[in-house]
Amino acid sequence: MDELFKIPLYQRAILATLIIGFVNGYASAFVLLHRSPLKLTALSHSLLPGVALAAYFVGLGVLSAFFGAVVAAIIIGVLTVLLSRVTKISDDTVLAVLYTGAFAFGIMVLQRIGSNQDLENWLLGNILGLSDLDLWMSFTVGIVAVTLLSLFRRAVVINLYDPEVAASLGIRTHLLEYASFAILILVLVTTLQAVGCILAIGMIVTPAAIVRPYISSPETLFPLSGFTGAAGSALGLYLNIYFDLPGAGASIAATLAAIFLLSVILRSIFAK
Amino acid sequence: MSHEHHQLDLTGVGYHYGKKEALCDVGFSVHCGQRLALLGPNGAGKSTLIRLLAGLLPQQSGSIRWREASITRARREIAYLPQVDQHQRHFPIRVKDVVAMGRFPHLGHLRRFRKIDREKTAEAIDLMSLGDIAHQQIDQLSGGQQQRTFIARALAQEAHVLLLDEPFNGLDIESRCHLSDSLIDLTKSGHLIIASHHQLESVTQIFTHALVLDQRQVEFGKAIEVMESEAVKQTLHSCHPHAHGRAL
Repeated sequence: MDELFKIPLYQRAILATLIIGFVNGYASAFVLLHRSPLKLTALSHSLLPGVALAAYFVGLGVLSAFFGAVVAAIIIGVLTVLLSRVTKISDDTVLAVLYTGAFAFGIMVLQRIGSNQDLENWLLGNILGLSDLDLWMSFTVGIVAVTLLSLFRRAVVINLYDPEVAASLGIRTHLLEYASFAILILVLVTTLQAVGCILAIGMIVTPAAIVRPYISSPETLFPLSGFTGAAGSALGLYLNIYFDLPGAGASIAATLAAIFLLSVILRSIFAK
Repeated sequence: MSHEHHQLDLTGVGYHYGKKEALCDVGFSVHCGQRLALLGPNGAGKSTLIRLLAGLLPQQSGSIRWREASITRARREIAYLPQVDQHQRHFPIRVKDVVAMGRFPHLGHLRRFRKIDREKTAEAIDLMSLGDIAHQQIDQLSGGQQQRTFIARALAQEAHVLLLDEPFNGLDIESRCHLSDSLIDLTKSGHLIIASHHQLESVTQIFTHALVLDQRQVEFGKAIEVMESEAVKQTLHSCHPHAHGRAL
């Protein structure tokens, strides 16, 4: 078995999993405190047509994918607000309609420009197929995302706790909100290649949910979620390789979900 | 900590939400050491005025001056305390973390928490007698304890003016007594308290001054005189003919 982990392909995959797992875990603290996992689900599905069109017109790269994703997210976001106002239908309902529509459109574009294998990679990821460039991109995005979230954590936490108090303390709350979601989109884009747009939600939501029952302050929630994301994701990939399971991304997402259930059970036992 | 010569002056202040007028031609002066109650029926403009003073709404007309300069220059001296149930529920945060938020205007985004910040936070926690519960989660506290935590945050901010949005709402009698004692102590130490208030029977016990609004300024003056005014009685009781002595 040890021999397997001496193969550069697996070494790169483990390293990528640790990096992407940590960055997603760190960002998951924001998602948990913002109470926005459903919005993130919609966001990750909405990105697909943007990424697909960017790949079609400009060629696929992290930058083109990011801008495609941002444009798609903005269009879906603005349309949600507008249509919700015009129709008086709740924004959650409008968002659900639009993101599934956008997702379907993205699937059609991807099928048109690539093979079924490409489509499956975008939906479910291909962490074993990451190139050195992908790895460097994930690493760079990770450094930027974690540094920004750490530097502005004080304001981010106050804003998440009570936006009106944050504004009265001089925090530019709207700017902070947009910047935070731009960081989440960046993290999602680099995660899409590894585990796909569906399983990416597991990585950017679950780690903080695992840690939450054991912590009492945001100061510890962010780093601990990062380490939990890295360790849980790496364990998922290890189990996938060790047991020769199909779908590395699926193994990672399933392992994180299993750790979450274990965390809840342990907490309920020790809380008694 | 006394700043009794510090004065807040409003002249011709108004505010519209789109075409709807929420507040019109409000003008008064108060200074540190005073406690001002904002009174009026629902939709009278109390919250709008508090939000204008807190900088949460942009000034549209008139002027708001604090210490003879535009209030926008003195944001760190003005603390806003929303209703206790406004913040996010089940947020993992301790009392001491909430109090420490008050240091943000002094620290900004990037500066590290310094010795002076720890001292100011600890001082505010002591002043509000929160020492025993400083490490507890904010959601585990009663409404009265949460309100004291938010006042401690304002003290850590070193604010001169405390703007409170219906601070007595939902508190039991004991907590109401503690809170009114705290507000009186704060004005003795030189703070200016401005609070929207719905319980008419307690206005003169808690507040030194009162401002009655009904989208415009109906009356302003010493609380005891305002509460005796006929115009005020009509405004405060017209919507609630049986409201004397009960919450509006």
